Amino acid sequence: MPKWFSPAVLVCGAMFALSPLVIANAPYESTMGLVQKVFYYHMPSAWVFLTASVVCGIASARFLATGNARHDRTALAAAEMAVLFGLLTLVTGPLWARKAWGQWWIWDARITSSLVGWMIAWAYLILRQYGGPGSEKLAAGLALFGMANVPFIYVSVNYWRTIHPATTVVPKLPFSMGFPLMFCLASFYLLMFLLMKLRVRVAEQQARLDAIYLSLDEEA
Amino acid sequence: MTSVDFDEVSVEDVSRHFGRRRAVSRMTFRATRGMILGLLGPNGAGKSTLLAMLATVLRPSSGTIRYGTFNPSAGPGLRSRIGVLGHDLFLYPELTARENLAFFAGLYGIANSDARARAALERAGLDTRRDDSVASFSRGMRQRVALERALIHDPRLALLDEPFTGLDDASTGALLGRLKALRESGAIVILATHDLDLAEGLLDQALFLRDGRIVETMSAPGALRTTYRSIIGR
Amino acid sequence: MLRAVWLIVRKDLTVEVRSRELAYTTLFFALSCVLVFAFSLVQEGRAAEGVGAGVLWMTIMFAGNLALGRTFERERQSETLRALMLVPAPRPAVYLGKLAGIVLLLALTEAILVPLVALLFQAELLAHPFWLVGIVVTGTLGFAAVGTLFAAMLVRARSRDVLLPVLLYPITVPVIIAGVRGTMAIAQPDFEVEVVRFWFLLLVAFDVVFITLALWTFEPVMTD
Repeated sequence: MPKWFSPAVLVCGAMFALSPLVIANAPYESTMGLVQKVFYYHMPSAWVFLTASVVCGIASARFLATGNARHDRTALAAAEMAVLFGLLTLVTGPLWARKAWGQWWIWDARITSSLVGWMIAWAYLILRQYGGPGSEKLAAGLALFGMANVPFIYVSVNYWRTIHPATTVVPKLPFSMGFPLMFCLASFYLLMFLLMKLRVRVAEQQARLDAIYLSLDEEA
Repeated sequence: MTSVDFDEVSVEDVSRHFGRRRAVSRMTFRATRGMILGLLGPNGAGKSTLLAMLATVLRPSSGTIRYGTFNPSAGPGLRSRIGVLGHDLFLYPELTARENLAFFAGLYGIANSDARARAALERAGLDTRRDDSVASFSRGMRQRVALERALIHDPRLALLDEPFTGLDDASTGALLGRLKALRESGAIVILATHDLDLAEGLLDQALFLRDGRIVETMSAPGALRTTYRSIIGR
Repeated sequence: MLRAVWLIVRKDLTVEVRSRELAYTTLFFALSCVLVFAFSLVQEGRAAEGVGAGVLWMTIMFAGNLALGRTFERERQSETLRALMLVPAPRPAVYLGKLAGIVLLLALTEAILVPLVALLFQAELLAHPFWLVGIVVTGTLGFAAVGTLFAAMLVRARSRDVLLPVLLYPITVPVIIAGVRGTMAIAQPDFEVEVVRFWFLLLVAFDVVFITLALWTFEPVMTD
């Protein structure tokens, strides 16, 4: 691991430890009160989920085009991040919705699209786990299709609820909420970056181990 | 479709692994026109994997395969010069012998596919059964149809995986004659076989494979069985 | 290329006409689905508003999934899919040939399914036949386009029977949404043509994007 890794982990941990304080100091949102604070974890999770999905899609495209295993490892790590942070998004969303609007699940365009996207990411992992040998390429194909699907999913879900969609349920943020949000965003992105680095490293070590096995076999 | 032809197939330091399992390990050899090359070895020696790579179905993990000046990604032009008889016979059981052959003949760009199919079936001695579905054929008969399918487009390179399986004496004789005729016409024939006695009069060169490696090469081999035992051991 | 596609479609039709296995089993399965849905959703002799459209598309997706699996299982016998990849035709021709076959099979099933659902669920599906055909054709094409690629991809994979729906259904969510909403809009008493047109165009866009994507990725994904 590179030298900056351990200090970065410490920084990340500190940021997360600090985040409740930062959030508590943010001003109360007028209509939703205390529960709105979940938003500071919910939105960064959603952004990281989206970013991870895009990274997976791009890495898969590069893997299909070049066959370089490095892209495949990146795609796998990104998919795992997508499933993890997607799950976080899908759990924090209803927590917020329940308190704010009285229902756990409201089939809002954004969270429904996220659910579908999350299932595609999970399907990617299922395929890699249970598809047998050669499933790396197949999963890359799936990721590519998933990425191409994002606009379609969003549009169809949005207009599914009503052909005349209401304006977004997420209210505009007053400026003073900016800093806590940025802080949490930074923490989450740092976490994603570190986790991905770790995961890719594990995959690299596995590949190196396989290569050693193979070369040993040769000398025999 | 660009016209592709070649005088030799060269395999250089080719390896193929599946995860941690090395199926083919650093094989090097060359096969030229008018030659029958035999791949001999026990199960798991890497014969089928090597044939799959030669057929451009599988990519080597390392090393190069060349068909004259062309490499395996040369596309449809190259594929039209390669004929493959696989372990699984590549035939549709619900179709008749004639339909199977005409279908593939059409896909290989042969203009008069039906006539070619009939001619091939005559050569295989199956003309009387041409309108029977392949599902009703015995294993040996299916093998003969499959062989015709592999050769219907007069390929430059013929790759045959265990072509003698299930054949009776008459058919075996016919196949031997067929392979020799192929050699005369300048094709490159690479076949994998267990049947050492048959291979004996037939091969111009024999590669003995074990655990994915070539352990011995023999030109104009004789006394294959004894050589096989001593080389492969066990 | 087109010749290869035609040869493959003709071959599949010949095989199918001989055995009729796919046509009968797909049709029967579709009817069973409709029956199950009827028992679940029809209350006191009447179906809830708009349920017919949903039943139609759910049945298409379930029956389609089965048909896809079966079609490629046939190519797995004797490894004929590998033989098709060996021929000099451009490889996407194999994809197009199989796609055409599946679409034909599903179209046949839908020809019977649509009037049946309209009848059993009291849905005025046939009120605007041209739009209905448009929605059903583009929706089926979208589903089949993705399904054919995935089914071909999975031919040599382990657990392929269960993996096909796992991969297919999330990706075809836009198809089912557009299909159902479009069909519902057709069956509605106060018919708004802009609504139907919106869903139709969405399906057309989906078809164009995903057939193109499938043609690009077929060869890299199918070769080792």
